[in-house]
Parts: sequence; C-alpha cells; structure tokens
Amino acid sequence: MDGERRASQALSSGLPEGGAGGESPGDGGPVPGSSGSSALLQAEVLDLDEDEDDLEVFSKDASLMDMNSFSPMMPTSPLSMINQVKFEDEPDLKDLFITVDEPESHVTTVETFITYRIITKTSRGEFDSSEFEVRRRYQDFLWLKGKLEDAHPTLIIPPLPEKFIVKGMVERFNDDFIETRRKALQKFLNRIADHPTLTFNEDFKVFLTAQTWELSSHKKQGPGLLSRMGQTVRAVAWSMRGVKSRPEEFMEMNNFIEMFSQKINLIDKISQRIYKEEREYFDEMKEYGPVHILWSATEEDLVDTLKSVASCVDKCCKATEKRMSGLSEALLPVVHEYVLYSEILMGVMKRRDQIQAELDSKVEALTSKKADTDLLTEEIGKLEDKVECANNALKADWERWKQNMQNDIKSAFTDMAEENIHYYEQWPEILGFRSLVWTYTPIIKPCYGGMSPTK
Amino acid sequence: MEQAPPDPERRLQPAPLEPLGHPDAGLEAVVGEEVEGARDEGSGDGTMTENNFWLKKIEISVSEAEKRTGRNAMNMQETYTAYLIETRSVEHIDGQSVLTDSLWRRYSEFELLRNYLLVYYPHVVVPPLPEKRAEFVWHKLSADNMDPDFVERRRIGLENFLLRVASHPILCRDKIFYLFLTQEGNWKETVNETGFQLKADSRLKALNATFRVKNPDKRFTELKHYSDELQSVISHLLRVRARVADRLYGVYKVHGNYGRVFSEWSAIEKEMGDGLQSAGHHMDVYASSIDDILEDEEHYADQLKEYLFYAEALRAVCRKHELMQYDLEMAAQDLASKKQQCEELATGTVRTFSLKGMTTKLFGQETPEQREARIKVLEEQINEGEQQLKSKNLEGREFVKNAWADIERFKEQKNRDLKEALISYAVMQISMCKKGIQVWTNAKECFSKM
Repeated sequence: MDGERRASQALSSGLPEGGAGGESPGDGGPVPGSSGSSALLQAEVLDLDEDEDDLEVFSKDASLMDMNSFSPMMPTSPLSMINQVKFEDEPDLKDLFITVDEPESHVTTVETFITYRIITKTSRGEFDSSEFEVRRRYQDFLWLKGKLEDAHPTLIIPPLPEKFIVKGMVERFNDDFIETRRKALQKFLNRIADHPTLTFNEDFKVFLTAQTWELSSHKKQGPGLLSRMGQTVRAVAWSMRGVKSRPEEFMEMNNFIEMFSQKINLIDKISQRIYKEEREYFDEMKEYGPVHILWSATEEDLVDTLKSVASCVDKCCKATEKRMSGLSEALLPVVHEYVLYSEILMGVMKRRDQIQAELDSKVEALTSKKADTDLLTEEIGKLEDKVECANNALKADWERWKQNMQNDIKSAFTDMAEENIHYYEQWPEILGFRSLVWTYTPIIKPCYGGMSPTK
Repeated sequence: MEQAPPDPERRLQPAPLEPLGHPDAGLEAVVGEEVEGARDEGSGDGTMTENNFWLKKIEISVSEAEKRTGRNAMNMQETYTAYLIETRSVEHIDGQSVLTDSLWRRYSEFELLRNYLLVYYPHVVVPPLPEKRAEFVWHKLSADNMDPDFVERRRIGLENFLLRVASHPILCRDKIFYLFLTQEGNWKETVNETGFQLKADSRLKALNATFRVKNPDKRFTELKHYSDELQSVISHLLRVRARVADRLYGVYKVHGNYGRVFSEWSAIEKEMGDGLQSAGHHMDVYASSIDDILEDEEHYADQLKEYLFYAEALRAVCRKHELMQYDLEMAAQDLASKKQQCEELATGTVRTFSLKGMTTKLFGQETPEQREARIKVLEEQINEGEQQLKSKNLEGREFVKNAWADIERFKEQKNRDLKEALISYAVMQISMCKKGIQVWTNAKECFSKM
C-alpha cells in the first residue's frame, strides 16, 4: 500500500484552488454578489412569511444575511427554526423535491452534448408553480455551482461529478458514465435543496425553473469576466497570508480536512479495487461451473454430484454479481462524493483565509500608513463584520457537514456489510447442503491426509 | 492372482507382509498422525473390510520431511528432501501401536518402487505418485520444490501412495514393497537386481503396437478414450480453480487495507472513532481468513490431481494390452505365413512371392532332399508357433480378465473418492461462508455504532 499512500499525499498537496469548477471570489470592497443575493434572500423570506405575522422581527442587516441561520448571533426567528428542522433532515418537512433523468444527446454543428431533464416539485410560495420541468446540460450545473460559491464563499457547496474521468475512458459518453453522472447530479441538486441557506438562493431557483433561453439571458448578468479575473489574482496573493493568522479552531479544522482528504482518497481507491477484484473473481467463476458439466458427460456415476456442484457455482456467480452491484450502487458513489467534498473543503478553507487576509492587509495598512485613517477604519469595520460572518457561516456549516458525513459514511458501510452478510447467507441454501451431502451416507473421512474430521 | 512373466527367471516371489492373518485379504492401513482407531483406507472395497479377521493391523505413515545434502551420481553436491516412513503394528485388543520399522526415503526411491511395480504388475492400475513439480499454481504458492508448503503436501501425497499400495489386494504382497518399508540400506540394489528395467517394454515398441494393433479389446479402447477425457477435464478444472483461488485471494486481501486506513482515520474522529477502529479490526480478520480457506482448498486440488495422474496409470494398462494383442496378432500372422509356405513346398505350387522362390527360378530348383529338410524345419517351427500362440492366447485372456477386475475395483474406488472430494469441497465452501457471515455481522455492528 505504500504506493497508494504516496499517491494520496501527492493528491492532497496538489489540489486545485477553490474546488471543482468554481472560481474563488474575493475582492477589495463589499462583495456585490453576496449582498445582492442576501437582499434576494431577505425578499424571499418576506414572501414566505406573508402568512406568518410573527416573522417581522427578522433582522434586515444585509451582512448578517450571509450567515447560516445557526449562528448564535442570529435571533431565533421562526424561519431559523424551520431551517433547524431542515438541518435534522426530516423528510416530512421537505418542500422541494428534485429528480434528474432522461439523458438526451444533442448534436449541433459545433459540438455534441447531453442534457438532462430536471423535474422539480414544490409547495413553496415563492415558486410560481408547484411543478417544473426543464432541460439542463453539465455546463449549466457548473454555472450554478460557481454562482453559489460566489454568493456563499465559506459555505460548503456540494460537489459536482467530475468533468471527465481521465483513466479508462474509451468513449466520452458511454452509458455507465452517463448514468453515474446523472445520479451524482441529482444528488448535487438535492443536497442544495436540503441546505438551510443555499436552498433559498435565487440562482438556484432560476436554474430549476427557467426555460433554456431565460437561463441564458440570466447567466449574462452578474460580474463580467475581467472583474472575476481580478478577483482571482488578488485571491492568490492573499491566500498565503490568511494561513498565518488563522484562529485556532480553523487550524484544527484544516488539520482535520487534510487528514480526512488523505483517508477518504485511500478508501476510494480501496473500494474501487475491491470492485475490480470482485469483477475478476466473477469472470473466472463463470467458467468454473461449465467445467463440472463437461466432466459429468464422462462420469456416469458422478453425474448428479457434478451437476449439483455446477449449479451451485452458477448460483454463487449470480450472488457475486449482486454483491458487486450493491457495492457500486451504495458504497462507491458515497465514498467518491466525499473525495470530491474533501477538495471542496480545502477550497472553502482557502476562501475563508482570503477573507481574513483582506482584513489583515487593511489593518496592516492602517498601522503603517496612517493615511486615510477614517476610510480605512470604515473599511476595516466592514471587513471585520465580513470575516465574522464568514467564520460563523463556515463553523455552522461545518458542523452540519460533519454530521451528514458521519451519517452517510455510517449508512454506506453498514449497507455494504449487510450486502456481504446476505451474500454469504445465500451460499448454504445454494449449496443445497442437505441434498448434496445426505445422499451420500458413508463416513465422510477423506482417504487423503490433511483434513482431520474434527475440523 | 498375479500374472507370471514368461521368462524363466522369476521375479521375487512376493511374500505376504508379516504379520498377515488372511492370505487373500488386503492390508488395512491408516492415515497417519492422530489416529482415532483403525479405519478403512478409501480404496478397500466392501467385501474386504467385512471379511477381515485381523490379528494385527499395520499402520504406515510418512511422518516427517527433512532437508538433506549429499552427493549425487556425478559426485556433485545436491540438496534434497528425505521422508521418514514409519510402520507400526497395532495390537488388536488394546489398540496400542508399536513401532516396528522406521526409515528415510527420498522421492527418487519412491519413483523406483513405482516403476518396478509398473513392470511386474502390468494388469494393475498402479497408484500414482504426487507431482514431481508444483503445477496449477496460483500466485501465492511457490513452484519451488523446497517450499515448505509444497514439501508438506508432497509428504501427504507420498503417504497416500503407500497406503494405496498397501491396501491393494495384489500389490500389498510384493516383497520389494515390503522391503521398501523395512530395509533402508541396500534396497536400491535389491530392486535393480530384479532386472526389472530390462523387462520393461520399450516405449517405442508400445507406440508401434498402438498404431498397428488390429483387434484390441473394445473395452480397452473405450478405457483409453475415457482416461484421455478424464485427464483433459481434470486439468481444465484445476486450471480454472487456480485462477478462481487467485481472484478470491485478491478480494479478501484488499479488504485488509480498510483495516489500516480506518485505524488511521479513527484518530481524527471523536464520535466515529471507536466504530471505525473496531470495524477496521474485523476487516483485518476477514482478510487473513482466506489463508486457511485456500490451504484447505489445496488439499481438495490434490485429491483431484491424484485422479489426474491415475489417468496415466489407466493408459499404461491399455498399452500393455495393446502390446500383448499386437504380439499375439504378429505371432498368428507369422504362423499363418509359415503354414502357407509349408503347404506350397509340399504341393510344389508357388502362390506367394518368396525369396526362395526367386532364387529357385534363377539358380535352379532344389533337390527333393533339400525340400524335405526345409519342410521338416518349417513343421517344427509351426508346432512351436502353435504352442506359443496357444500360450500367448491364454496369457492374453488372463491379462484381460485380471486387468479388467482391477479396473472395476479402480472405478469403484474412483467414484467413492471423487464423490467424497466434491462433497468435502462443498462443505469447505459452507465453512467459508459461515466465517464470512460472522465477520461481516461483527463489522456491521461496528459500523452501525459509528
């Protein structure tokens, strides 16, 4: 396993910035994206609360809107209580259901791509209808993820399936790949829907409901390419700074993330390898049964015994196949999702560090320059709030993520164990122990040494 | 009933093994080491065990293997393995066994014994030796003859060989076999003194017979065909089994990696830590359980291999029959042509081409005296030929009768043994599953506590 350990270390050290697909936001002034979306969030909240009188107590401070509702600073509004309930993932109170299906291939002169049908069912008031059906392609998902990251830089945005898998890919769009991707995309959207803050994101709503042309025009709004590039440059510059002044709890968090990333990557590799070995075992077993049938053709007296063995082997083959599919359905996708999550966590950490670095640089500027003190002080004030929001958002979301991770890992491995128990339980039935053994009554003591009857 | 070889120099008259009670019964032999009392070694058939009145029983075991160095025929140093053969006689009343003989033999001596038996008992399906080199290996086993696992399996195989010979109704009485078990020094010389190598049919002669025999007994032709198929199908099965074993090994062992990673991961987790750690332990247990499972399976494979090699022993009997039959046909043909020659000479007609006829034509007819002389010689030869043909016929029939009796015995043994082997294989699989259920149930409990 040494090779694998080294490989995973390499993996953890060479992570791309900001997680899969998204750009790292971070800039010098008030974040336009976040205040925009938080204003929207506020508006949605008010819409939702039209029926509820007691929600007027809701704070309108824009910077606080960015927080996850769990922050201890947040007044306990009924909305936050609803969010709390959502955190515990009670299925009864879910009011947004999303399915992704029907992959379809589209061919144009320029490219070939696949779209997926997205059906949303909801009882929420801010949605114009209770059911929506749209078609989206992978690019659209990437766009959505980017927008969510911009709006909530220190929230843990769920992972998207990879763009393409480098190894073992013969054809870009083979059926297994598409199916795996479809499932992962559905998971992605549902995770967002379950997230107490992200679920109310406006871009998310547009993604789920807008027609294709509407989405295109909506996409064109927002910060342009150049301003995003500027953000990225500054982000790189500040990312190192943030690490130095990172508070203790985030140091701990970072250490956890590094270790976790290493371990989950290893587990991913191990699980994939187990699948591969099981598949190869299955392939060999397929030949094993027929050999016994072949033999039975030349042995009159052993026909029944040999045929029994052959049929047992064949049934074991089927059991193995089921075991394999259990693995690939339950365990592998979950483990893989958390591999992607570990990259995302690193990105979130970086973004938090950047936000802090921004503040630190201004503070430094204040202590050294002593020019534009008032302006700087004001900016620093805003940045301090921003940092506090970001930290609190992350802390709360971190707890939520950890809880989910624990549940997901636990149930994935428990299911895997269950599948294996079931697999082994089948064999004695299959082997028809009684029919095979009891037809032959004499002492079952092999004339050949090595196996003592007392075993 | 043994077949007497035609030549006057008799092989050693087989003496019954002492102390044998019943002259016709086979020898009861027991698998070595832990003995819970004497039991029938698989090859004896029902009538024997029922009829035996044993005053004493013999136990044979190959109990140890030892690496030795020595000098070979070319005076070069070599390393080989020697096996300890112990013979015990068991007092019937109290079941106590007394060591009567103990000696060391190496594999080549076993081979010598077997080759001797093949020559002197061509109508017997002689039990095979365990393989010389490890075949049908999957990756874990070493193909090295010095590998301890291989040596151990060979020890068991050699013991099995001796037990099979000892329980064979005919072979057990052979003196050379008896000496093999009892006389360490000089045994090799004794065997060679029998001159059995000279009596062995040449391979070439046998091959020739196979192609040219006209009327072999159909049963032997079928038997040959059967043995070819048996060999082919068992080889195939062993190959596939080895591959399956290899893959199964892989599946189990990879799970062991979970153990290590879970353990490392548990260090950073507060709530999940204990569950991960203990689940990891169970993964390790699972991974290491395959070693015993596959070792047991290897014994199953050895049981099949024995019958793979038995196929060759069957073919040897068929070859002998073909050789004898061919011999018979040649003798009959020779006799017929001599008779014809005689007739021609007597009547003066030349129907067949002969050198004598040609030379007569070229150099002139022979005198009546010469012709008379020739006729007389031919008549003598014809007489002798007829005697020989008669005895060859008799031999042939005896051979077929005895061989077929042993083949029937073999068939029953084979059916019993293979059935037992297949069933024990199924039992092995069930035991493997029970282990699996236990491990995964424990693991599941740990996971659900995370």
